[in-house]
Amino acid sequence: MTYIDPSPLHERCENEPATGANPEAGTIADPRDELPDHIPALRAFAISLTRNGTEADDLVQETIMKAWSNFDKFKPGTELRAWLFTILRNTFFSSKRKTKREVSDPEGVHAGSLFEKPHHDGRLAMNEFSRAFDQLSAEHREVLILVGANGYSYQEAADMMGVAAGTAKSRASRARARLCEILGLGEGEGIVAEQSGATMAVLGLSGRQSG
Amino acid sequence: MSDRHIMTEEKPKAKLRRDIDENLKRVFDDAIEEEIPDRFKQLLAQLKAKEAGK
Repeated sequence: MTYIDPSPLHERCENEPATGANPEAGTIADPRDELPDHIPALRAFAISLTRNGTEADDLVQETIMKAWSNFDKFKPGTELRAWLFTILRNTFFSSKRKTKREVSDPEGVHAGSLFEKPHHDGRLAMNEFSRAFDQLSAEHREVLILVGANGYSYQEAADMMGVAAGTAKSRASRARARLCEILGLGEGEGIVAEQSGATMAVLGLSGRQSG
Repeated sequence: MSDRHIMTEEKPKAKLRRDIDENLKRVFDDAIEEEIPDRFKQLLAQLKAKEAGK
């Protein structure tokens, strides 16, 4: 990633007085001042990717440092959070590639555990859901957190992930399908379609798998 | 995905997706702690100080 040298082309006028120049521009302050506002979300995103608090905080620290020294590359008017998320995920995936530090077989931990049937109100039990989420690949967790939890469009998510929109979309639908598979829910079926949760948990996988 | 079945499948499928997204939001929100750890406050203060010293 090329976050290293700040481009001289977009050098800010550091000497320009920040006050008084344009009263309407009072809100267009140094975007770096907004960084703290995004730290909680950055940490949550980092935890979603690493599934480990210590690793997550190291990742956030690296992200803040990279962002700080590259703020001249931030385009005003674009979303700061998306920009920070991009730095964070790039840092995460490139260090993951380097160290080949794959999450050590999360299936081994969870595969044997029986998932409870979904609650009667149709909501998935939270524990069950987050255990299933943990079993997804980092790429799948990433796309679901961006699109499903943060409400980014496929295009926005794709831009952050550095892929085409179509790739983000198909990745998201594979991730959802995988999640349903782990949860024993056939995609396309209602969560409370069956009275017998136990039967459903066993048979859920026979639900139709769309291609 | 075949369009022929859309009438029968769209509803439960949309509901399932909504349920999934709702749970994803909870997974994400559960990981959010509004309090910023001192570690990051210090880091930002250091970066700012370094910048001011330039």
